[in-house]
Amino acid sequence: MIPEIGHFSLIVATALSFLLAIYPLIGAKINHPGMINSAKPLAIMQFLLMSLSFAVLAYAFATDDFSVGYVATNSNSLLPIQYKISAVWGGHEGSLLLWSLTLAIWTAAVAVFSQGIPKVALARVLSVMGMIAIGFNLFILLTSNPFDRTLPYLPLDGNDLNPLLQDIGLIFHPPMLYMGYVGFSVAFAFAIAALMAGRLDSAWARWSRPWTLIAWVFLTSGIALGSWWAYYELGWGGWWFWDPVENSSFMPWLAGTALIHSLAVSEKRGVFKSWTVLLSISAFSLSLLGTFLVRSGVLVSVHAFASDPARGLFILAFLIAVVGGSLLLYAVKGSEIKSRGKYSLFSRETFLLMNNVLLIAALLVVLIGTLLPLVHKELGMGSISIGVPFFNNIFFYMIIPLAIALGVAPLLRWKKQEADLRPLFKQLAVCAVASIVLAVALPAIFADKIKIVAVVGFALAFWVIITSSLEVYIRATHRHSFVSGVTKLGRSHWAMVLGHVGLAMMLIGISATQNYKIEKDLRMLPGDEVVFADYLFEFERIGEANGSNYEGYKAVFNISKDGKFETVMKAEKRSYFAQRSMPMTEAAIDWGVTRDLYIALGEQLADDSWAIRIYYEPFIRFIWWGGLVMSIGGLLAVSDRRYRFVNKRVAKAQSLGQE
Amino acid sequence: MNPRRKKRLSIALVIIIGLGTMTGLVLYALKQNIDLFYTPSQLVEGLGEDKVKPEIGQRLRIGGLVMPGTVTRNMEDLKVSFVLSDDNGGLVTLEYEGILPDLFREGQGIVAQGVLKSANVISASEVLAKHDEEYMPPEVAEAIKGIKHMKPEYGNETK
Repeated sequence: MIPEIGHFSLIVATALSFLLAIYPLIGAKINHPGMINSAKPLAIMQFLLMSLSFAVLAYAFATDDFSVGYVATNSNSLLPIQYKISAVWGGHEGSLLLWSLTLAIWTAAVAVFSQGIPKVALARVLSVMGMIAIGFNLFILLTSNPFDRTLPYLPLDGNDLNPLLQDIGLIFHPPMLYMGYVGFSVAFAFAIAALMAGRLDSAWARWSRPWTLIAWVFLTSGIALGSWWAYYELGWGGWWFWDPVENSSFMPWLAGTALIHSLAVSEKRGVFKSWTVLLSISAFSLSLLGTFLVRSGVLVSVHAFASDPARGLFILAFLIAVVGGSLLLYAVKGSEIKSRGKYSLFSRETFLLMNNVLLIAALLVVLIGTLLPLVHKELGMGSISIGVPFFNNIFFYMIIPLAIALGVAPLLRWKKQEADLRPLFKQLAVCAVASIVLAVALPAIFADKIKIVAVVGFALAFWVIITSSLEVYIRATHRHSFVSGVTKLGRSHWAMVLGHVGLAMMLIGISATQNYKIEKDLRMLPGDEVVFADYLFEFERIGEANGSNYEGYKAVFNISKDGKFETVMKAEKRSYFAQRSMPMTEAAIDWGVTRDLYIALGEQLADDSWAIRIYYEPFIRFIWWGGLVMSIGGLLAVSDRRYRFVNKRVAKAQSLGQE
Repeated sequence: MNPRRKKRLSIALVIIIGLGTMTGLVLYALKQNIDLFYTPSQLVEGLGEDKVKPEIGQRLRIGGLVMPGTVTRNMEDLKVSFVLSDDNGGLVTLEYEGILPDLFREGQGIVAQGVLKSANVISASEVLAKHDEEYMPPEVAEAIKGIKHMKPEYGNETK
């Protein structure tokens, strides 16, 4: 009975999304206040019903209701409770329900937290979000209903959650990523609503900007979390594989990053407006494309659960409707957008334009690399795959101009730099020299070889850090002493600094691991020793390691350096009861600021020896810390007082106008 | 030419040069990094209507079923070799050094990336079998239509 409540509330929520898509939009057209005002309660009701539906599914998981087919395929009575809950989004149907719930959350949030926005504009925005909700809710109801029953032959126990997904990282990774993906629907809705109304001013950019930033923060942290999970869970010691699924989350990120920069220009300077609209459409379209690629089963990966062609076809049709419809609207109405304001060649605008061009170029490269094998195969030219070096090589060349421009841009003024550029060039030359010196010094200290590719990466990272610090110094000492000036910098200014420094930290991590990582597969007997990157690894013994729903082995290693004992590392191999044929490697990781040691246990070989894989990964943590710093930067930007202040002021003006 | 046009022209030039460089770079990188996929029979007999055989030293991907009883391990190190097959009778030997994936079994479909050493021997740099026992990579499934996918034995060797 209870699962039917979930199903029913999903149906009602879908009906509400139809109302939300039609009613306020007509209201905005004929200027009917009642219809315009209906948007907010509809959005909130839709959110409540979606939450109920989701809660019911979670309840079915928590109570082991195996009469629900989806629960039976993705859970097991022995599964620990936290994984029962995360198993709700461990499969295709549930993760789509999460997608829809996320959309309902964003819609309700926009409805509640947008007091500063005129009601008519808000009604249009919520309507557009309602249209997206229709697509996804119908998709769930028609092709992938998570509440389908297995009655009357219900299984005694479930199939268990894929062991790869039984992990803390996977509890948070999908919801974060979805918040990001779906969050771009807000920027999309704002852009479409503005196109419909034919009004694109800097107020529009100001409304859209905090939402886009929050979505970007979620996406950034979601991707970073996924990368961290892949690193410690898959046992391959890598942090990014250019897997099509990873790429399909990276593409919206690139578009979103371009968008937050271009929105900043549109808000502050009133230029780039039509470009910003196009980016808003692209970011969300790429999120949909990502969903299509992952969910339709056209890709081969850990993430691909669905291989039902009807599902793929539905998402494809939806994708075409959204992309085609919005581009058509853009084509018809886009010419009305006029950007005022001029800027000279050497201005911050030009450099931000360069940033956008480079980000979109990177996006196109990833798009080609991801879709080309699919197209090639569909055209009957045989299966191909595009190797990882393709992406690595191109990104190496593209990051160089991006990082250089990124260092210079914050030092420039909007509109026009003063005539005499010599002092600026002098400062930049000093920064460049300092970066190169540091970039050579870093590998000289921690590694025995100096590799050019790594030095380039380090130099770019230091360049970004040094120029950012210089910019903070100049800005702070503009009118005050450094100490009092530095406290007066606004949050959005710190946001920019953190965003850029975060990227620099990532660059350090990437350059170090890609060039100085050491990897070895070994055949070892208990008692064997091996010296590896100055560390002595002693394979002490092998023991048993059993858990509530698995049994396994663990290999114990003693690690010492220069004759001094450092730590004990335990690498495990697990075999889950419900899915015996899928043994899992639980890698042992000894983490540190400058390096990670990583041991993965392979299979047992004939003579009691074990296959063992050891990695030495310098500075790898900087990659995820960089992601974290970038996300904090994004949060700071959202919390900038400008948005709160403006909202209050507008709200006040509005309430005065009504009286 | 007035300064405004001059500025626009220089921006346009920069973008065109940039895009040109990028296209060149992408095409070059693609040429270097596209790997064709073969099944064992395609490798032995040639691919497509023209029966194009890969050259020795060429990088490629291969997918097929691990033939039961052919997995031989070196007792000293982690070198291992096995034979891949499909329903059309092609047999290709793979040599690999390192740890095989958790899901590697006899009778299982796998995909490998490697370099062709001689007519039907491949030196693999990567062996993939990422999925559960019901899963077969679509490329393999397509190429081996008809052959019954053997479920792996759950014996003591997995413990």
